[in-house]
Formats: sequence, structure tokens, C-alpha cells
Amino acid sequence: MIGKLSSTERQYAAVVLVMLAAAGIAMAALGRSDTLGVHGLLVILFAGGLLYPVLSGFYEPEPTEDREASYYDDPIKVGIVLSMAWAVFGMFMGVWVAAQLAWPDLAFDAAWSTFGRLRPTHTSGVIFGFGGNALIATSFHVVQRTSRARLAGQFSPWFVLFGFNLFCVLAVSGYLLGVTQSKEYAEAEWYADLWLVVVWVTYFILFLRTIARRREPHIYVANWYFMAFIVVVAILHIVNNLAVPVSWGHAKSYTIWPGVQDAMVQWWYGHNAVAFFLTAGFLGMLYYYLPVRAQRPIFSYRLSILSFWGITFFYMWAGSHHLHYTALPHWVQTLGMTFSVMLLVPSWASAGNALLTLNGAWHRVRDDATLRFMMAAAVFYGLSTFEGSFMAIRPVNALSHYTDWTVGHVHAGALGWVALITFGSFYTLVPTLWNRERMYSARLVEVHFWLAIAGTLLYVFAMWNSGIIQGLMWRTYTEDGALAYSFVDSLVAMYPYYIARAFGGLLFLIGAVVCCYNIWMTVRSVPLAERRESDVPAAIAVPGE
Amino acid sequence: MFEISHETLVAFSKSWGLFYLMGFFLCVIAYAFWPSNRMRFDRAKTSILDREDKPWK
Repeated sequence: MIGKLSSTERQYAAVVLVMLAAAGIAMAALGRSDTLGVHGLLVILFAGGLLYPVLSGFYEPEPTEDREASYYDDPIKVGIVLSMAWAVFGMFMGVWVAAQLAWPDLAFDAAWSTFGRLRPTHTSGVIFGFGGNALIATSFHVVQRTSRARLAGQFSPWFVLFGFNLFCVLAVSGYLLGVTQSKEYAEAEWYADLWLVVVWVTYFILFLRTIARRREPHIYVANWYFMAFIVVVAILHIVNNLAVPVSWGHAKSYTIWPGVQDAMVQWWYGHNAVAFFLTAGFLGMLYYYLPVRAQRPIFSYRLSILSFWGITFFYMWAGSHHLHYTALPHWVQTLGMTFSVMLLVPSWASAGNALLTLNGAWHRVRDDATLRFMMAAAVFYGLSTFEGSFMAIRPVNALSHYTDWTVGHVHAGALGWVALITFGSFYTLVPTLWNRERMYSARLVEVHFWLAIAGTLLYVFAMWNSGIIQGLMWRTYTEDGALAYSFVDSLVAMYPYYIARAFGGLLFLIGAVVCCYNIWMTVRSVPLAERRESDVPAAIAVPGE
Repeated sequence: MFEISHETLVAFSKSWGLFYLMGFFLCVIAYAFWPSNRMRFDRAKTSILDREDKPWK
């Protein structure tokens, strides 16, 4: 990897890493025994760990080939590996916390392993670790291929990738140490947040400069989605994390937003994190890898443009549906509800566009599990956006809010849509990137597909049942007007569903492990493909073609 | 100091907010269906299926 950097770029890398280590030393010195100090040590180790390969390869001969004549795929490969590593970690934590709900003894009486600390390691691990790395890797791939231009930087892609992973490590280790901002999906503290801003702005500039290099007259729609993802996540992250630290030597900070405004800003962030982190970028994947794998152009390009603007415009207003029946002004709740219902139109336009693209190629969907991953993802996308619009309606929300129905809805989206489209994209991407004829085992892709589907369905049905039972028990009154059930009664009723949910999650985790093995074996043992010209795996890897 | 009352804000969003949304919608429709854009859209949607795997320069 170092061998492909020029000596100036190696110097850049060394200087940046030394500066990072210096920042780590400052954090350790200022923070001392506070978590900030521990994190300072972690930053020093991270920078040192990367500095070692940079310095040991520092005087290797410089690359001689014309780098502009090929795409830059090394950061994408590393991104995929990191993404899968985070997937296994994040999903394992998910199974663990799910099991804790059924068997509380699994917290083992330690502070770090309580439910409250482990849960954010699951959410951040899968959303940012698995999803974020997958988004960075696929965006680097899609923007290069659709623009027919090499990434506009040799060092900056590495900076973005490793910098983002440093953020993830700081976030997750912080939760275990007891650090949190108490904001959903934004639990990491101020210093990690500041670092992410630097990384994200670099990502944005890199992406823009790569697009600026294109010769294509039109920017392919997948890039619009990736672009929206990068821009909006930057805005959301900065506004929601405006906070004042207790002191420079302390990890704790307090948000600048007061009361109900804090709640509104948080859920404006929270719902748009779903919209732009977990939807827009993954739609970018869908609009590129699905047509490529199916070897058919997208059904309607115009529809993809209409749904793009619909999704970006409407989602911005939907966040207040998380605050129904709160101190938030009633009209703001109504606004959020209305836009959430309207969102169904562009969401179904995207899902329908994907499925209609496959219309006429259903035999391929039947034979090729990779394409089936993407088809199932589009179906789950359609289902969970319908469910989301429905749950945002105030009276429906009265039943669903604070219950497991919400958890089920999120996982229909996260497992069924986000994870499935990612696996489908990876199975398309891995043989191409490593220049292999095909994946190591088509049968294992098939096994993974059915594990993922079974796991998702078990999970979602368990949570639907438990959520609606919870909601109904909490609102059942006796003839005297008292609540018919205590909270503990509803908890006892949840027990079988919590076991089923943990089992569904376990199946999904096993599927991800199978995927890791398959990727590993593809890279290690599948023979090289003959033509380096070809970037399109569908013709090679589709069985029966 | 000039204070914006709740009613003023609601009236503003219910009128101009709506016009803004409609205007935005019309612009997007016009862009998507503008006849001379057909060519570039058609090219964009088929060009990703090309098998050439090299940057243009």
C-alpha cells in the first residue's frame, strides 16, 4: 500500500500521523485519569500503529506506473474488510444485548457490560462501523466508475477511511468506559465529534474533486445520493453536536440546545441520520450495483431523479414525528407527520424503480443469490418505508411509541434493507476488485441469503407481536379506570418474543460470518480472472448464463 | 425589538412554505422531463453497464 504512494505523499502521511499522535499526547496530558486521558492513549496507539508501516516503507522505490491510467481500489478493499469486521462486532453486540433482555444475568454484574453501555456499541458498531465503512468503500468505487475518473487524491482516501475508523473506535470504547452525550446515534463526546468534522470535510472535498475530474456530461444519479449523504450528514452532525465541554481536560460536555429545542434538534438529526446515513447512500448503492448485477439499465432514470429530490426535500421535515404528544408545539408534530406520510411517494418510487428494473430478469433473481439480496433489499425498503409513514401518524404512534414495534421497524430497515443491499453490493464488488472470476462459493452466498432472510423475518415478527402486545397492555383500563396491567406484567409477556428476537439476530450474525469467510476465501483461493478490462461481474458470476 | 409571533410564523409557513414546496416540485418536474435532457439521461443509465474499466485519461 505504501509502495503506491509517492515520496511526497509518504511525507504527508507521516506528518499527519505525527500530528495525530501529538494530539493524542495533549489529550492524555490534559485528561489524565479522565476518559479523555484514556482516549488520548488510544489515539497515540492508533497513530503509532499506522506510522509503523508508513515509516518502514518510507524508502521503498516510488511507483513508476502511470497512476492516472487506473482506478484507485486499495482503499476500497480495506474499507470492505473493515466494514465486515465491524459487522461481526456490531451484530455480536446486538445479539448480546438482545440476550440480556431475555436473561439479565448476561450483564455479569460489571459496569461496562450493562445494557445501557452495550446498546450504543451495537448501534454505533453496525450503523457507523459496518454501514459507514460500506458507504465510504462503495462511494469510492461508484464515483470512480460512473465518472470514469480516478479518485482525486492518493493520501486523502486513506485519511478519510482510517480517520473515520478512529472516530468509531473512540465512540465505541467511550461507551464501554461510560462516556455518552445521551443523544441517540450521537453518543460520542465532543473531541470525537470534532475529529469527525475534519474527516467528513475531507471526504466531501475528495468526492467533489473526483466528480470534477469526470468527462461524462451527466453525473450519474447514484452519485447524487452519495453526495446528499455526505453533505447532509455533515450539517446534521455539526448542528446536533454543538456542545460546550466541562473543561479542556474533561470528556463530558453539555449541549447548547435547551429543553424542547434540544429534543427537536436531536430528532431532526436522528431521523435524518436514518434518511441520509441509512437511506440516501444505500440508495446510491442500489442505483449502481443493482443495474450492474442485473445487466439492465435502471427502469426509469427520470423517476430516480424525481424520487431523489422528493426524498431529500421531504425527509428534512419528518423528524418531529419522534416527538408526538410531547411539549413540542402541536403544529410542528403535525408538520412532521404530514411530511412522513408524503415520504411514501418518493420511497415507493425508488423501491418500484428497482423492482421494475428486474422485471424481465426474474430468472436471474432466482438463480443468483447476489441479485436476490438486492431484490429483497428493495422489497424490505418498500415495506419499512410504508410502515414508517404509517407509524408517524399521531394516533398510530400513540400505540407504537416506546414499544418494541419501533425496534422491529428499525430492524426491518436496518437488516432487511441496509444490510441486504450492502451484502449484495459486496458480493458484486469483491470478485471485481480483487480481479477474481467469481465468489469462492455461490452456495455459501445462498446460505447467507437464507440465514439473513430467516433472521430478519424472525426478528421483525417477534418485535411486531411484542410491540403491539406491549402497546395494548399499557393502554388497557379496568372498569374503575385504573390500568389493568402493571409494567412488570407486560415485561413477563415479552419474554418469549425476546428469546425469538435474540435467535433471529443470531441467525443474521452467522450469515455475516459466512460472508466474511466467503470473501476471505475468494481473495485467497479463487483464480484470477483473465481480462483485467472487465469491471462487470454479472456475466462471469451469474450461474446458468 | 420586532417580535415574530407564533401566528405570524405559522401564517408564513402555511403560505410561503407551501409556495416554496410547489415551486421546488415544478422545477424538478421540468428538469426531469425537459426534452433535451433525454439524451444525457439515456446515456447515463446505459453507460454504467459498459465493460471498460479504466479512467478516461
